[in-house]
Amino acid sequence: MEAEGRAPGPPLPTPSLGGGGGAGTRADPPAGANGAVREPLLAAAGALALDDDEDDLEVFSKDTSLAEVNSFSPSVPMSPSSMTNQYKFEDERELRDLFITVDDPESHITAIETFITYRVVTKTSRGEFDSSEYEVRRRYQDFLWLKSKLEEAHPTLIIPPLPEKFIMKGMVERFSDEFIETRRKALHKFLNRIADHPTLTFNEDFKIFLTAQAWELSSHKKQGPGLLSRMGQTVRAVASSVRGVVKNRPEMFSEMNDYMEIFSQKINILDKIAHRIYKEEREYFNEMKEYGPIHTLWSASEEDIADSLKGVASCIDKCCKATEKRMAGLSENLLPILHEYVLYSEILMGVLKRRDQIQGELDAKVDALVSKRTEKDLFSEDIGKLEDKVECANNALKADWDRWKQNMQWDMRSAFTNVAENNLRYYEECLATWESFLASQTVDLHVEEDSEDRP
Amino acid sequence: MEDCLAKKMEITVSEAEKRTGRNAMNIQETYTAYLIETRAVESQSEGQCAPVDSLWRRYSEFELLRNYLLVTYPHIVVPPLPEKRADFVWHKLSADNMDPDFVERRRIGLENFLLRVASHPVLCQDKIFYSFLTQEGGWKEMVNETGFQLKADSRLKALNATFRVKNPDKRFTELKHYSDELQSVISHLLRVRARVADRLYGVYKVHGNYGRVFSEWSAIEKEMGDGLQSAGHHMDVYAASIDDILEEEEHYADQLKEYLFYAEALRAVCRKHELMQYDLEMAAQDLTSKKQQCEELATGTVRTFSLKGMTSKLFGQESPEQREAKIKVLEEQIQEGEEQLKSKNLEGRDFVKSAWADIERFKEQKNHDLKEALISYAVMQISMCKKGIQVWTNAKECFSKM
Repeated sequence: MEAEGRAPGPPLPTPSLGGGGGAGTRADPPAGANGAVREPLLAAAGALALDDDEDDLEVFSKDTSLAEVNSFSPSVPMSPSSMTNQYKFEDERELRDLFITVDDPESHITAIETFITYRVVTKTSRGEFDSSEYEVRRRYQDFLWLKSKLEEAHPTLIIPPLPEKFIMKGMVERFSDEFIETRRKALHKFLNRIADHPTLTFNEDFKIFLTAQAWELSSHKKQGPGLLSRMGQTVRAVASSVRGVVKNRPEMFSEMNDYMEIFSQKINILDKIAHRIYKEEREYFNEMKEYGPIHTLWSASEEDIADSLKGVASCIDKCCKATEKRMAGLSENLLPILHEYVLYSEILMGVLKRRDQIQGELDAKVDALVSKRTEKDLFSEDIGKLEDKVECANNALKADWDRWKQNMQWDMRSAFTNVAENNLRYYEECLATWESFLASQTVDLHVEEDSEDRP
Repeated sequence: MEDCLAKKMEITVSEAEKRTGRNAMNIQETYTAYLIETRAVESQSEGQCAPVDSLWRRYSEFELLRNYLLVTYPHIVVPPLPEKRADFVWHKLSADNMDPDFVERRRIGLENFLLRVASHPVLCQDKIFYSFLTQEGGWKEMVNETGFQLKADSRLKALNATFRVKNPDKRFTELKHYSDELQSVISHLLRVRARVADRLYGVYKVHGNYGRVFSEWSAIEKEMGDGLQSAGHHMDVYAASIDDILEEEEHYADQLKEYLFYAEALRAVCRKHELMQYDLEMAAQDLTSKKQQCEELATGTVRTFSLKGMTSKLFGQESPEQREAKIKVLEEQIQEGEEQLKSKNLEGRDFVKSAWADIERFKEQKNHDLKEALISYAVMQISMCKKGIQVWTNAKECFSKM
């Protein structure tokens, strides 16, 4: 059993490794550098119903007191043997009891401003919800509020990214259909990621967000720590981050930091590459649109080769359409995912900083104790609390980190596999088109040759 | 089929070499020389190879040969030369005449030109052409001695004829329209093809960036590492594959270009017809007016206004002797004119007949060649698709192992 004892607190309905095509080939989960097992596990918080032979799955810690303050993790009785089957997102959905959709963007015009609201529909079987179905309308501001509440409540958990407020690059207008649709999809993803998160899914503000009517939400928003205190926190955060690397940072988190720096770099470059590919494909598509019709035009002044020319024109047009599909696939799948992870990398750097900050508070107090000597008892009580806080934060982050990494792996695998499949489909379509053209031409040739042979 | 030169002789343009020399104005210049190799085809002699003759020619000599053929055989659709300067380039190809790819494609084009001439039933028999292939020295002088430059029609004359001819053969008018359309559509096609090639190149090459980033990323991933690394390798393969694909497509473009230039040759034949027809019409018109003049002088009536008539009215009539003399001259001219007209008519009819025979031959050749070119284009596309399928199948496998 690991000394660090990974907290089982957040159960991990994480999607699996390996086998994208449903073949269910199992990838052996090797032990990582720090011994954390990457098996997808639905480790139950109070999973006391453990069989003896499961002790060697170094994931269970019997100490449940380190569970996150705001969440209550239900026990999901699952035997490890069933966990060795690789879960995919679709399978996981069957275990979900909270289904959220974001759709139907609508424009609202008031005297002061124009804004868009989205319909958020929630279907659930959970007991703590009064009803099984909810429909509310939310605007972007409301999502921002939710995110900040979640960050406040869980400073070292990885809160999913929100789409940006405004996209400067590219000439996408603030309220263009394309922009709204992209945003809607991202908001949908955002809420679903929260719903899938073992801890965040039970957050009270999240519930209110999903269920409260507009006026209820407004009044709820006004409660709680005011803007100023939140700003105070931010200021402190900035101040402490300026101090630099926390001296007692456990190696694990230094590794995470190093990893995130490089990951962040690479994901940003990948995002750029993917956008560039999309752009090149679109330019190619634009030229192809003109290419086919020229052959048709030519066929009008020919007799003998008119059919061949028309055939080529038709092939080119079909390939053109196939290219369009390929482009659409890219913009629907890979681009949003890469962009999401670009945002995620920023979020993760922030989470790591916040953890450092919490530790910094402890270190500062410890240093003060060493220098002051007096008021020892009071200090040691404070220090005790801070020590708990640090341990809590560390464990929460560690568990969420592992979960995030698994999700990332799954997302990347599925996104890139999808790209490969799109390209395969594209080339296969084009191949079929040209092959059938070729077949038609060689048939003609044979017919011609036959008729020439006859005396 | 007549026995054309191509059947008796193997002709290749086998090499290209950069040379420097001094030109006519004693200025140093760099040019490319092409090696023409010829070998008699021995029928039924196994293992016995005739010796290879070879000589070097530069592009300007090819041009001279072609100009000679154009003037000497105006009723023939003379095969075109490959382009003098790289046109319809897409960004990767250099527009530089010294670029090795351009030189290579030109070498092939020149060989193609010689083979076309050698397989033409009429052109292959030309002595100047034969000497071009076999006689190293003194060929230029030989060509110039034929005095073909003098026989060449001036452009201005030809243009004039085009606008003023009244009764050209309808078939030639149609042919001229066809050649205009052919030229316009092929150049449009080549332009767009070049742009498409450019874009396709971009798509493939950008994928190459994946390789490097995947490799760097794989360094920090434990489980995804292998999948990423190997997928990146396949992306590199994908990016690299476009170079060969587009090089092959250049050959297809060259095949189309040949017929783009052939359109010009077709137009040349049409122009010649117009010129001859115009000439004929002018001669006939001239003859008619002379006959009329003669008649007027003989009968003393002035039916048409003429300056001579006016001046004679003003300054007095001519003497009967003067009139007799004039009539005699005119009668001689009329006789000459009638003979000329007869021979011009004959010439015209012969021209139309032989030109049209060659045009029919050309049409068949064009249909055959273009159809084959389109088929070869399809084959290229198929090959490109198959390569794409292979790469992405491999990549998919790697991604699924991430």
